[in-house]
Amino acid sequence: MLKTKPQELLKIDYKPPETSWMKTPVEFKPGTWCYSALPKNLKILGLPNPRDWQPSDEDWKLPPGWKETIIRGFKERLDRFRSFKLFMDICVRCGACADKCHFYIGSGDPKNMPVLRAELIRSVYRRYFTAAGKILGELFGARDLTEDVLKEWFYYFYQCTECRRCSVFCPYGIDQAEITMMGRELLNLVGCNINWIMEPVANCYRMGNHLGIQPHTFKDMIEFFLDDIENITGIRPEPTFNRKGAEILFVTPSGDVFADPGTYTLMGYLMLFHEIGLDYTWSTYASEGGNFGLFASHELMKRLNAKIYAEAKRLGVKWILGGECGHMWRVIHQYMDTMNGPADFLEEPISPITGTKFENAKSTKMVHIIEFTADLIRNNKIKLDPSRNDHLRVTFHDSCNPARAMGLFEEPRYVLRHVCNHFYEMPEETIRENTFCCGGGAGLGTDENMEMRMRGGFPRANAVQYVHEKYGVNRLACICAIDRATLHALMDYWVPDVQVTGIHELVGNALVMKGEKKREVDLRGEPLSGAEEGGDV
Amino acid sequence: MGIGFSLFAVVILACVALAGVGAARFHYLFGVVIPYISGGIFILGFIWRVVKWAASPVPFHITTTCGQQKSLPWIKWSRFENPADTLGVVVRMALEVFLFRSLFRNMKSELKDQKLAYGSAKWLWLAGLTFHYAFLTVLVRHSRFFTEPIPFFVKWIEELDGLFAIAVPTVYMTDVALVLAVTYLFLRRVVIPQLRYISLPADYFPLFLILGIAITGIITRHFSKVDLLGVKNLAMGLFTFKPVVPDGIGLAFFVHLFLVCVLVAYFPFSKLMHMGGIFLSPTRNMTGDSRRKRHVNPWNYPVKVHTYEEYENEFRDKMIQAGLPVEKRE
Repeated sequence: MLKTKPQELLKIDYKPPETSWMKTPVEFKPGTWCYSALPKNLKILGLPNPRDWQPSDEDWKLPPGWKETIIRGFKERLDRFRSFKLFMDICVRCGACADKCHFYIGSGDPKNMPVLRAELIRSVYRRYFTAAGKILGELFGARDLTEDVLKEWFYYFYQCTECRRCSVFCPYGIDQAEITMMGRELLNLVGCNINWIMEPVANCYRMGNHLGIQPHTFKDMIEFFLDDIENITGIRPEPTFNRKGAEILFVTPSGDVFADPGTYTLMGYLMLFHEIGLDYTWSTYASEGGNFGLFASHELMKRLNAKIYAEAKRLGVKWILGGECGHMWRVIHQYMDTMNGPADFLEEPISPITGTKFENAKSTKMVHIIEFTADLIRNNKIKLDPSRNDHLRVTFHDSCNPARAMGLFEEPRYVLRHVCNHFYEMPEETIRENTFCCGGGAGLGTDENMEMRMRGGFPRANAVQYVHEKYGVNRLACICAIDRATLHALMDYWVPDVQVTGIHELVGNALVMKGEKKREVDLRGEPLSGAEEGGDV
Repeated sequence: MGIGFSLFAVVILACVALAGVGAARFHYLFGVVIPYISGGIFILGFIWRVVKWAASPVPFHITTTCGQQKSLPWIKWSRFENPADTLGVVVRMALEVFLFRSLFRNMKSELKDQKLAYGSAKWLWLAGLTFHYAFLTVLVRHSRFFTEPIPFFVKWIEELDGLFAIAVPTVYMTDVALVLAVTYLFLRRVVIPQLRYISLPADYFPLFLILGIAITGIITRHFSKVDLLGVKNLAMGLFTFKPVVPDGIGLAFFVHLFLVCVLVAYFPFSKLMHMGGIFLSPTRNMTGDSRRKRHVNPWNYPVKVHTYEEYENEFRDKMIQAGLPVEKRE
């Protein structure tokens, strides 16, 4: 946990420095940046310039010709992405995005205003790709690409969680996430990347999931949860792995296999699937729904994502069901079909329980678990006792990507309202399309970056604090594995009485299973508060 | 630096016109040649920029969704904030272009007593909208100079715009609104420290230029009365490609015209191109239902993947031991 006291951290000076931003070099203060990628991880992936270095070093050991490499890569991306080219050109610097960024709100660093973060790269664009910039230089907001500029890119593009909140408010829809993605791709070309991203990517590439859980261990870990479920409910689900001929392939972020509180969400899945008798299989090869490739480059994203369709094809399933995750769903909703489709070997998803056709997923053939469960509840296919969650006062954090890259707003709320009796919304400026990042998304949720995470997560935490004080909220629900990994630390720091939960943990609590024993504890082993009567859908 | 330089640049430009027409008597240069050149630069430059943008493909479906997706039939779908069809996209874009929908969302956040408070912040939206509509109206009003007969709607707009009938000739409301809005847009850049910090000369220059155009325009109408018939003849000549420069139009007009020419020629190379760019913005002009319809990336290339076979080869023994199914037993 961060040593600085919250009150201290909130002494934020929003006044910009005296020196102009081009003349204010970046300072790598401990707690505000992430460690560099280990050479072994870059080697597994065949990426350039593996070496030992740290961002705080004077010498970054850049490869010879690094400048040309970046300028060439810049040109290539301008030619490939209309978004990038357009976003380099049309910003009028109106500043509407400025105080929309959680990192700016929490740090006061002007280069965390999305507009200025983008100018860091726009200034180089103007210098090398516009006539006026070549001639007028600084007068036109253009500057040379130097090692200092590269360091600045590194610092600030790894201080953006690609949450896209700014793009909601931009009058031209300029998306800082897109600019950050390009910036990170360029940095990757010369081997300037962070380990918290590249290790999961390397793991996922070789072992199928970010955490590097090998197949036999993956099975063991899931079986461990079966013991827990059996203890609590008296029922032992029987999941299968890598099974050919299953109707559905289930893919979820590996973080939920590994660490609390995600594990409780995973138990919720297992219980639900058992209860409805779903013909599904896990895969150890495609055992990762998340995709840290998204945080490094489009190419890495595609290389990791390819496994999901490949495995669905090998196993001969009809369609794919995906668990609760944030950026995973950005990849699936906006990239997967384009990158690795068409998925013509799959069928248009139909719920085997309700017969509902998921029209909205008919091309990609992958359904979000929340859509799936909402449909089950709507059709009265599961019995729920929301009073089993009566010890919880729940609020819901819209995760950035399901919010601003999908529009998954009502389904989670519908499910929540059916599985718990005490649900309170945070202020509208902080939910739905206005939702705030957890502060640790896009691969920044590492401990050495703790100060920045607490700063970036402050707006979210502050909204939680509001409902905590007003309604006694003690549970923060979300549908994102990164949230479950990072909000936990955020709550400990800002709002210590609030715990984090996935929605399917609450589903698991409320789910009345056929033949179960009387529930005395919830999935965390904590005693239920009330008696169990009266609850039904 | 940006402010002083930009202001200086606009003053110099005005002086160029003053000297060129007032002292050197280059009426033809400033009345005909420069307008044609800048008009040419504008048209070709605008097309060039848009073509250049359009030449880069949109590889991925990167809509920013601002409302509920179209999913299950019983869930109310936010048709224009998260469109799933062309109509939805058209309406979303229209709201953006005509009403500045996204800017209307603007709010401000303030840290007070360790708590964040969010408040309404519509002034930028209001000033932006006022500025753009005032500019448009002024432009339409000016078409009386290069149309014959003058279209009925131009007369209506003039009529409406001068409704208050203050002074003679009537003060147009849009002239006042334009000057006020531009002044506001300038002042917020100077007064708000963060905004001043991010502002470039390229942000101040167009503001001063437009303010210069508005002021010289007002001067020609209300103070240094110019020969309107002469102006009309000049404009008609330009638009019918039979240029003439009538005598005695008045110096103020030439300064006004020259600044307009500078703005027009500067346009394609500046941030003002957001006018064209907004239509191409992929986060706004695409549907949000990317799982329903497949989007094709024209440069999609094969990448190196780690196949299931390679994976099983590495872990086969462990998999067999754990009772996991495998493709090959040894």
